[in-house]
Amino acid sequence: MSRIARRFEALRAAGRKALIPYVTAGDPNPDNTVPLMHAMVSAGADIIELGVPFSDPMADGPVIQQACERALRHHVSLRQVIGMVKTFREKDAETPVVLMGYLNPVEIMGYEAFADAAASAGVDGLLTVDLPPEESHDLVQVLRAHDIDPIFLLAPTSHEARIKRICDAASGFVYYVSLKGVTGAATLDVDAVAEKLAAIRAHTDLPLGVGFGIRDADSAARVSRVADAVVVGSALVNRIAEHEHDPEAGRRAVSELLAEMRKAMDG
Amino acid sequence: MTATAEKKTALDWSAYPDAHGHFGPYGGQFVSETLMEPLEELREAYDRYVKDPEFLAELDADLADYVGRPSPLYHAERMSQELGGAQIYLKREDLNHTGAHKVNNTIGQALLAKRMGKTRIIAETGAGQHGVASATVAARLGLECVVYMGAEDIQRQAPNVYRMRLLGATVVPVTSGSRTLKDALNEAMRDWVTNVDNTFYIIGTVAGPHPYPAMVRDFQSVIGREAREQCLKRTGRLPDALVACVGGGSNAIGLFHPFLSDEGVALYGVEAAGDGIETGRHSAPLCAGKPGVLHGNRTYLMEDADGQIIETHSISAGLDYPGVGPEHAWLKDTGRACYVSVTDDEAMAAFHHLTRTEGIIPALESSHAIAHVMKLAPTLDKDKIIIANLSGRGDKDINTVARLEGIEL
Repeated sequence: MSRIARRFEALRAAGRKALIPYVTAGDPNPDNTVPLMHAMVSAGADIIELGVPFSDPMADGPVIQQACERALRHHVSLRQVIGMVKTFREKDAETPVVLMGYLNPVEIMGYEAFADAAASAGVDGLLTVDLPPEESHDLVQVLRAHDIDPIFLLAPTSHEARIKRICDAASGFVYYVSLKGVTGAATLDVDAVAEKLAAIRAHTDLPLGVGFGIRDADSAARVSRVADAVVVGSALVNRIAEHEHDPEAGRRAVSELLAEMRKAMDG
Repeated sequence: MTATAEKKTALDWSAYPDAHGHFGPYGGQFVSETLMEPLEELREAYDRYVKDPEFLAELDADLADYVGRPSPLYHAERMSQELGGAQIYLKREDLNHTGAHKVNNTIGQALLAKRMGKTRIIAETGAGQHGVASATVAARLGLECVVYMGAEDIQRQAPNVYRMRLLGATVVPVTSGSRTLKDALNEAMRDWVTNVDNTFYIIGTVAGPHPYPAMVRDFQSVIGREAREQCLKRTGRLPDALVACVGGGSNAIGLFHPFLSDEGVALYGVEAAGDGIETGRHSAPLCAGKPGVLHGNRTYLMEDADGQIIETHSISAGLDYPGVGPEHAWLKDTGRACYVSVTDDEAMAAFHHLTRTEGIIPALESSHAIAHVMKLAPTLDKDKIIIANLSGRGDKDINTVARLEGIEL
């Protein structure tokens, strides 16, 4: 059983929902990332989504765009991000790590080389925002051969036939994008999310995560009542940005917000 | 070499792209899940209307009465004589309404938007020509129009920014990344994913996710269809070579596509070598880049070893783009078209040459095509025929040219 599946099973047994923070690797500098990952686990993170910086993050709002720019000032590469996971694994063998980003860095590294390096570093999943299932056949085969879960997105615009097809291809968990828009967008409508999740559940037993538009303890708690996992990104990255020149304070601010979310979700 | 030559004769060009938008390994649909369904709706609408006699009649009438088509095929006799080789013909897309080929496509997409019930159109623009062409058709059809333009380009192309505003469009400066065309495209994609219910995204070139490369090609192919007919009528035969500049590649595909099966017609796409390919400061992904995935399609890109997109350079804002349409990538790999590059200096020399020998001021983009014609024509006999796509007029560039020559207008 994969680390992701084990984690969800344990959560289910404990009657808890997963809290999945996203941060961009290398933001605001490469040395900050591994300590930040450990801090997030201490604050209540169940799975970590680690963003791979990309020069053209088309699906992201300004907050994560700027995080990519800060990381790329240090030329943080996909290989380095994999290296960070490897370092993280020296002290944490349990918390699943999903890399999230865009296809091109993976494409340039080569699917086989990527999967090889990522698997041996302890990466558990890969979410490439701009790779819909239609184009993912070759990469998915390579990932599966290395026991890395390909994580797919579903969106408010996904109709039933697509939902079925994507659920059939997915493993690990399914990530529902709560709104039409980019990361960090304004508000999400929990009732509409609940309705869509019910439609998705008809096609899969995989855990369902919800992301986009979750910014505080209250929205995290409300989403956790209808989903299996709550993904929070821009709200955390904002705190890192506010403390760009004092990464330790940034880590504390991220931990605080995560702890509040954890408490609200479990309470 | 043999494999390429064999492939070249065996390919049925009308078979591309396949049902999922692939040109060999290139093209496709590399977008976030939210856009997959809207792209499918667009594909269905396009497939339906491209066969609809009423739609086609409206398009043809607009191209004739509003754009001013057919554009002339002009024999540049003095230039041909001076170069001493092949006869040079210019396809005069610069004479279209709004001054460039871009309007052929915006008319088509805007008519489609209207039929799909969309009330708002968005566009990205580099030099501003596509933005102006989008704002123009939006004004005519009464659609709201938002144009994304890199902050850098807004400075370089101030007259076009003002034209768009006069036409009622909102021009949004894009300050992320390199603040040029690629970033404008990113921002337009972000707008689209947010406002997808009422918004139609008019992409200005033969790039982006399927069906854009095929759809924009089809709308621009009027250039090649006319040129083919005009050349046959005028000279009794097909040309020996076609030359067009390539940024995203829409004017080039528009000219090339109706000639793909005419194996005797050589195709030359001209990329921007900027300061020179060897300096790294250029915009020539086909000549000096490698395949990757950006902006919804797999194609040749300017990128570093980590897969990050790198900054490009060209004197011409319309060619200043790190990618290229996927069909060009395929034409390159199959050997059907040949891609070359010319530097800023060569393009400037061609700009002056055409202006002085023929009394036609070309856009800096089109000047790249002219620069290659100046190299190619002298190597061919006088009975050979070259058609160059004069994709746009140079009025928008006179400030840039003057500044380079130390003149303040």
